[in-house]
Amino acid sequence: MKHNFSYFFKEGVRNMFSHGFMSFAAVGVTVACLLIMGTFSLVAFDLNENLKDLQRENAVLAFVDENLTDAEARGLQPKLEGLPGVADCTFVSRDEARDNYVEKYDENDLYEDLEAEIFRHRYVIHMTDLTVMDDLRADLEQVEGIVKVRADEAISNGFITMRNIAGVISVALIAVLLIVSIFIMSNTIKLTTFDRRDEIAIMKMVGATDSFIQWPFVYEGLLLGITGAVVAFGLQWLLYTGMVKGVMSSDTLQLLSMVPFADIWLPVALVFLAVGILVGVGGSLTAIRKFLRV
Amino acid sequence: MRYSMIRLTDVKKTYSNGTEALQGISFTIEDGEFVFLVGPSGSGKSTIIKLLTGEVEPTEGRVMINGFSMSRISNRQIPYMRRTIGVIFQDFRLIPKKTVYDNLSLAMHAVGASAKEIQSRIPYVLDLVGLAGKEQRYPDELSGGEQQRVAIARALVNNPSTIVADEPTGNLDPSRSLEIMMLLERINALGTTVVVVTHERGLVNHFDKRVIMIADGVVAGDGMGTYEVRE
Repeated sequence: MKHNFSYFFKEGVRNMFSHGFMSFAAVGVTVACLLIMGTFSLVAFDLNENLKDLQRENAVLAFVDENLTDAEARGLQPKLEGLPGVADCTFVSRDEARDNYVEKYDENDLYEDLEAEIFRHRYVIHMTDLTVMDDLRADLEQVEGIVKVRADEAISNGFITMRNIAGVISVALIAVLLIVSIFIMSNTIKLTTFDRRDEIAIMKMVGATDSFIQWPFVYEGLLLGITGAVVAFGLQWLLYTGMVKGVMSSDTLQLLSMVPFADIWLPVALVFLAVGILVGVGGSLTAIRKFLRV
Repeated sequence: MRYSMIRLTDVKKTYSNGTEALQGISFTIEDGEFVFLVGPSGSGKSTIIKLLTGEVEPTEGRVMINGFSMSRISNRQIPYMRRTIGVIFQDFRLIPKKTVYDNLSLAMHAVGASAKEIQSRIPYVLDLVGLAGKEQRYPDELSGGEQQRVAIARALVNNPSTIVADEPTGNLDPSRSLEIMMLLERINALGTTVVVVTHERGLVNHFDKRVIMIADGVVAGDGMGTYEVRE
């Protein structure tokens, strides 16, 4: 049988407009579900990025033996940088250490005359991941010329636990939201099909094959899904940009950093489009299958 | 060449709820015949229509429709069997959101007709049923009689070998009913087999056609004549 796809497409578009209210309901529900899921996912993404930033600020201090000369102390850097789990390693001389200390604690000029000699040369070491802290401490203690290592395992373990919990909760909630959204959206599209069961029965009665009946519904579901995804994407952009502005202008929340939407629009657009198409076409096909058994 | 014949042989139909709708029905309708199928409510007429349109399968016996054996037909073949039959219903079953032209063109698109075939066939069929010039009307802009004419046009548009009409005048007044029946008689005169299921004895008596009387799931009478004679 000749399948005229331009006819199917035209029928799909015409059906979408001629069943205006049901189409509006399907697009509306798709937009609402995608917005809820998208907003929650973006907030979870930002929180994760903030936790990563905090993690990066957590460093290990390796103090150099005061008997080494300045050149010998600086000469340790390549060895330290070569240790597993080291992301970066910065040498801080005793003079810099003194200046930092004075700047941090000397509110009343009490430490103005503090001698730099009472400080040690040191290295500030950032890790690729907080989980390597224990091993790195052990490795550093084995390095000749390093006399003391300060690593705050309690804080790093706290970060690790927090990220793990946040990660599990985010993934679980996004998965639940996705499943609920798909269920609601496909049921709304099923309702639009249910509304047209008589039409399907008539087509069956005049000798239409199942594929002839299905194609316009596939196109209609596709168009509904894409329309919902495009509208949701636009609204998500506005909503997220508004949220970023709100956070930036808040006295307390501005400490949080939020990724600009321009940096993440592509994955958001692709996910919205994929979910929209999956739900639109899948919902139409599963719904229509029931009415084809005539 | 069209092969038009309906043959039911010892057909029984029992529904899943235990209702025995047909208890051994046999009859043959030859190519070009005009047949009234009559009988009281619950006699099994609707089940016969469902058998003829492939909506249900017989529990026992053989149903042959225009060369298709309904006991052996695959799901993929059913649409092709349905294209040999044009069905007309009491409630017209037109798609309200499509114009008269679109209701007919949908039926032609469904069988893979080209745009050229559609453009030439629809005006011819609408003229045949007396609806020339009403192509762009929507069903609710037409009277009941006109809507039934559209349904007849849709049944005819793919040039089926058989028309099955299930209570086609049930929603119409007596004069419109007579017009519809005369239209079906004219279609029959052009060579199409016509099977009309009806309750209306006045109409049956008006036409001297073959009458098959169904009662309690069996054939209670079959012959030329009137409703009363068969009853």
